[in-house]
Amino acid sequence: MYVAAMVALLVTMGLALARSFLGPILYDRILAINMFGTKTVLFIAVVGFLAGRPQFLDIALFYALVNFVGTIAVLRLTHYDELDVMPGEGPQ
Amino acid sequence: MLDVATGVLLAIGCVFVVSGGLGVLRMPDFYTRIHAAGLTDSAGATFILLGLLLQAPDWGVGVRLVLIVLFMLLTGPTATHVLAQAGRKDNVHIWHAGEKRR
Repeated sequence: MYVAAMVALLVTMGLALARSFLGPILYDRILAINMFGTKTVLFIAVVGFLAGRPQFLDIALFYALVNFVGTIAVLRLTHYDELDVMPGEGPQ
Repeated sequence: MLDVATGVLLAIGCVFVVSGGLGVLRMPDFYTRIHAAGLTDSAGATFILLGLLLQAPDWGVGVRLVLIVLFMLLTGPTATHVLAQAGRKDNVHIWHAGEKRR
């Protein structure tokens, strides 16, 4: 049961990685890497239950936080004049 | 009984996850790929983690699983929305039927 879920998650991670290599534009790659991180969180959680050590969930939680912050940070680096607009100023 | 419920939930989650992965690889342009990725982020993750929640040995594990689910339901749509907005501001081309896949 857990092994089947792990195989499905690994297949999906491979597909996301393929898209991140193929992706014609930058946003395709960011989207694929974000999805890869989400699948990694699920994979760590399933592996923890398979190994009988659910303490792995702490790592999964931490990875979920890092993944979200990483995606926002990459977009912030490529679009730094749009994501930190103060209310009432900036490009209209 | 609990094992059967866990298996069913994990199977539903895996179907969502794999179909989202296929969609990300096969959809014709960026915006449709966002749709496929959002599917795995919310539905697939929620079903798989709920399936694991039924097997939680104690309260701490269950609370951590619920935290991960809530966090993913909060951040997945946010990241997707920010990505779509950045792509839209960058004038990413929208695919129409009959055009070449990219």
